[in-house]
Amino acid sequence: MQAFLIIAILVLAFVIIFQISKASEYVAVLRGWERTRKQTNRINAFMLLAFLVLGLIGVYLCNEKFKGRILGEPASDHGELVDQMLYVTLAVTFVVFLITQIALFWFAYKYQESDDRKAYFYPHNNTLELIWTVIPAIALTVLVGFGIVYWFRITGEAPKDAMQVEVVGKQFGWEFRYPGADGILGKKYFKNVDPVNGNPAGQIWEDSTNKDDVFVEQEMHLVVGKPVKLVIGAKDVIHDVGLVHFRMKMDAVPGTPTTMWFTPKYTTKQMKEKTGNPDFVYELSCDQMCGRGHWSMRGVVVVETQEEFDAWLASKKPQYLVANPDKDPANKKEAPAASTKDVVIN
Amino acid sequence: MNEAVKTSAAVSEGAHVAHPHEQAHEHHHETFVSKYIFSMDHKTIGKQFLITGIVWAIIGGLFSVLFRLQLGYPEESFPILETFFGEWAKGGQIQPEFYYGLVTIHGTVLVFFVLTAGLSGTFANLLIPLQVGARDMASPFLNMLSYWFFFLAGVVMLSSIFVHTGPASGGWTMYPPLSALRQAGDGQKLGADLWLISMSLFIISSLLGGLNYIATILNMRTKGMSMTRLPLPIWAMFFTAVLGVLSFPVLLSGAILLLFDRNLGTSFYLSDIVVNGEILPNEGGSAILYQHLFWFLGHPEVYIILLPAMGMVSEILSVNSRKPIFGYMAMLGSLFAICILAFLVWAHHMFVTGLNPFLGSVFVLLTLLIAVPSAIKVFNWITTIWRGNIRFTPATLFAIGFVSLFISGGLTGIFLGNSTIDIHLHDTMFVVAHFHIVMGVASFFGMFAGVYHWFPKMFGRYLNNTMAYMHFWVTMIGSYLIFWPMHYQGLAGVPRRYLDKRGWVSFNDFADLDKMITVVSIVVFAAQLLFVFNFFYSIFKGRKVRTANPWGANTLEWTTPIRPGHGNWEGDIPEVHRWPYDYGKDGREFIPQTEPVGAQETKSH
Repeated sequence: MQAFLIIAILVLAFVIIFQISKASEYVAVLRGWERTRKQTNRINAFMLLAFLVLGLIGVYLCNEKFKGRILGEPASDHGELVDQMLYVTLAVTFVVFLITQIALFWFAYKYQESDDRKAYFYPHNNTLELIWTVIPAIALTVLVGFGIVYWFRITGEAPKDAMQVEVVGKQFGWEFRYPGADGILGKKYFKNVDPVNGNPAGQIWEDSTNKDDVFVEQEMHLVVGKPVKLVIGAKDVIHDVGLVHFRMKMDAVPGTPTTMWFTPKYTTKQMKEKTGNPDFVYELSCDQMCGRGHWSMRGVVVVETQEEFDAWLASKKPQYLVANPDKDPANKKEAPAASTKDVVIN
Repeated sequence: MNEAVKTSAAVSEGAHVAHPHEQAHEHHHETFVSKYIFSMDHKTIGKQFLITGIVWAIIGGLFSVLFRLQLGYPEESFPILETFFGEWAKGGQIQPEFYYGLVTIHGTVLVFFVLTAGLSGTFANLLIPLQVGARDMASPFLNMLSYWFFFLAGVVMLSSIFVHTGPASGGWTMYPPLSALRQAGDGQKLGADLWLISMSLFIISSLLGGLNYIATILNMRTKGMSMTRLPLPIWAMFFTAVLGVLSFPVLLSGAILLLFDRNLGTSFYLSDIVVNGEILPNEGGSAILYQHLFWFLGHPEVYIILLPAMGMVSEILSVNSRKPIFGYMAMLGSLFAICILAFLVWAHHMFVTGLNPFLGSVFVLLTLLIAVPSAIKVFNWITTIWRGNIRFTPATLFAIGFVSLFISGGLTGIFLGNSTIDIHLHDTMFVVAHFHIVMGVASFFGMFAGVYHWFPKMFGRYLNNTMAYMHFWVTMIGSYLIFWPMHYQGLAGVPRRYLDKRGWVSFNDFADLDKMITVVSIVVFAAQLLFVFNFFYSIFKGRKVRTANPWGANTLEWTTPIRPGHGNWEGDIPEVHRWPYDYGKDGREFIPQTEPVGAQETKSH
């Protein structure tokens, strides 16, 4: 009902606007087309100026309203570089924005049609054109220079002491694998994927480096102040590991592993205090369209101290033992007990 | 046959090219079908492109209103949606698969059907023969085919909306493996095949059109119309056509390989896939290959959309400032530079795909380089209106709006083209805001400017001014209200294509903004309907054009009769003696291109 009401109002507004428009054309013809045209010209020139002034005020107010909601301090070392680059670019472009927009609208207003003015025949001026080719070129060279230096720092090789975590995206969730004590992620093959039998990552059990790898879902744990290298993959379609607070992002592509590394600066606890938000968590978002659940493909990143991390990892059973319960020493303890029982029966 | 046609025929070294003109001269009998449907008159074909484009723009725009409803009011239910869309909007709420179908079709339709076919198709067809002084295109028949392939592409795309499993829903970029795997979602079933077929037909249409535009501009200029005397819209259309002809085939190959992967079991894009618990046999393909093929078109495509708008804006600003375009040669040079660089920047869409960082840095350099010719254009437009005597026709206002939007959207491109910043902003609402302003809305403004400026030539009538001004101001204010604050969402990292952000801690901060944007977008959409109404009403009832040259312009199209027939000029094709921008020269308001250079005239250009 409400919808029909809105549509009725819209149609009515249309009819009214149409009638006014038609009538104003008749009036214009009656009053003399030229006179009306000149009046409209003045009104529009004024509106352009008003648009500039109100627009700039709007830009200011918009910034006041929203500046607190863009993600404050970056939570990684790379994030600092990204933000620095962003603010430098913002400063440069905002100056250009102001100069060009003000010139555009001010000239439009100032040089509106008037009977006393003749347009100035000014087809070209090589000096001027050279100036505004060279200045943007220099400004952009500076931005490119900074950008590329930062880019190489961010995408360069991860430090040797970085911990490794494998991140795999699938419709619609995240899987993580930790290399365990040997620090090496075991080999895997997609045709081995078999979640029912405890092998969701497709690990090759013959590879001994796989034996201590820990597999978890939806929640990734990282150590504060310790560089981490993510080895990223996907099972089905392209996903993207988006870590807003760390300002990091990397596609997860099936068949082509990618990597990224960074150093988290604050623990989740510290961030709760910093943001004053007790519900704060680092979130891992999928930033590449991946199907109907794309918008809800959320993971959580917990940044904690080394001790907390070690305790957490120790509480997890290596996936090899989950998949092969007969090899699990925890089960073996019972096994000898069973065998003694057997002996008794015998 | 007149002198001018003889010359152009001689240039194109073939009497067959001049042949249709001779026929046109004799006013052959035209039936309704040959005049309005299977017409070979470039003006009619241009109008066909425009009207088809308008229909698609309404569909694409309506889709954006629908998904904006979801974005602004994720908690609310709109029973009316269920009435129309059934299970796709169960309980009055847009279902995710349908939401992604909407964004996919919105993007595809507006980028390709409206801003490529609707913009280039309309104005290249209308303006090229009229402004270079030709009776029609080099091949009117291919030109007609170009429209009908476009029409066919439209039919296939439209039919995909009515498929039970819904239209393609992999985003307008259709990245595989998502778009290659039927198991990955409903939209990846029949809808995706139809999308690919439709795009292939569309590419054929655009190639037929593009070759024709190039041939016409190079071969069929009238006597005296040297390349440096061409009006800037023609130069812009020329570079547009070159871009299209060189890059669209690459997308065609990408689309065909994807069709193979989907239907013939090949593995061009597929490797190591476990989808929905099913292990696929494909190995060795590269999902990133498609992105290279796609963006090798996709980035030039941005300029295919923008250049015609730039050309028309240059012309309209000059005519209505009563002043020559500032720096004709620089405008030309920057068009050329943009055209070349457009081919060398595609991978800036792929900074975070795992691209080699060194390669990334090369693309950063080339991408930011393209800002230089863009800056030259902006400064030249501003200098064009400086010390002019500006008439604010609706076309002028849209042209000024174009420059303003091009500045705003162009500057945010400097953020995204810088790979360091792109890591954070990639695939966020910042990108959405950026390209909607610079490519979407700005090009629409160029297109509106063109429609308002050349409507009198198309239909011999004017559009209603009051509605035109309302249309401009609502669209101008509304566009900034919609897209300016959206940058803040992007800076906060809110990803694109998230239809409900309430489950997130980091992104759930903009509910008020999303509501505001939705309301404004509905208002702006209504203003576009006002334009559409004005357009069709004025075709039949608009104020009649009574002078041949209503804007006091120099270019050749205004030397034709008010309603030119097939063949454009009744007598001989006029000869050209000067460049098209002698406005305000020697105390004269304007000097048409057809006027010989006087003995006393100041030398310039």
